Amino acid sequence: MATEGHQEHPLSVYLWIWVLLFVLSMFSYMVDYIGFEGYLRWSLILIFMFAKAGLIIAIFMHMAWERIALIYAILGPPVLLLFLIGLMAVEGDYTLLTRLDFFGETDFVAEH
Amino acid sequence: MASDVTESGAAAATLPEGFQGLVQDWSSDKQTFQVPWGKAMMWFFLLSDTFIFTCFLTSYMNVRMSTRVPWPNPSEVFALSFGGEPIPLILIAIMTFILITSSGTMALAVNYGYRRDRAKTAALMFITAGFGASFVGMQAFEWTKLIVDEGVRPWSNPMGAPQFGSTFFMITGFHGLHVSAGVIYLAVVALKVLKGDYEASGNYQIVEITGLYWHFVDLVWVFIFAFFYLW
Repeated sequence: MATEGHQEHPLSVYLWIWVLLFVLSMFSYMVDYIGFEGYLRWSLILIFMFAKAGLIIAIFMHMAWERIALIYAILGPPVLLLFLIGLMAVEGDYTLLTRLDFFGETDFVAEH
Repeated sequence: MASDVTESGAAAATLPEGFQGLVQDWSSDKQTFQVPWGKAMMWFFLLSDTFIFTCFLTSYMNVRMSTRVPWPNPSEVFALSFGGEPIPLILIAIMTFILITSSGTMALAVNYGYRRDRAKTAALMFITAGFGASFVGMQAFEWTKLIVDEGVRPWSNPMGAPQFGSTFFMITGFHGLHVSAGVIYLAVVALKVLKGDYEASGNYQIVEITGLYWHFVDLVWVFIFAFFYLW
């Protein structure tokens, strides 16, 4: 089935994943609604985000049933992006320190 | 196979030149991905789109980390009140649920496509497009509220860091364009399904390929929701 690129699966699979995505979205929203802060907030956001992304890619986009040649070709390259993210995080940190060094703390006052 | 080797000299003399030769040389009669070409190409397009959206989100991370000016609290900025107390982030939550719902109807459309149920496939695709259009509508409302009521501009922002405006309009705008293009794409394919354009071949792969694009739009929103609105 997968070798012909023809993806046909029982409807119940999609319905279950649909329900799961709703529940996970609800959890994501509750993180903000309840108002968790700090590392608890960030890790919960990331956990729910990756769970949702994984379900969409694996089931709705049928990646779980594709051949490994296609899976590696599509999911491999984005790993490189982690380097970009890491480098830009270091860079952002450095820029902030430089700005604080030259300009000091902010004197911004919100208008409303 | 052995005859191929011995005759390769003669075959080389008859190889096509120019553009046709380029295509034949690169394809060399081998197939790497055991899926229809349309599906493989859609995946590669989505891969390139992944890089574009990651660049946007990474630059957003960079400017948010490096600004001295306080970042506006998205939970309050995107709160809406329905007569009573403002509910934090409610519009964005509704938009998230709408996109998830549309992803579900799209998955069902793909399924009915392979069962060659034209009416149900087209109907589900139109429903998906309808959800997509309502998503864009809500985004237009959100933009209007931010621009007209709050005075947010791509270069300034009365609530804090000016980078909030530039990254917000860039990221959500680019995503909104993707949704709008997806609505048109869905409508075109749904019409063709309804007209019976794929009946002759009995090949409803196009529905799955359209579905890949639509699920990707939902996938990008998952990341935007997490990083821009919830973080």
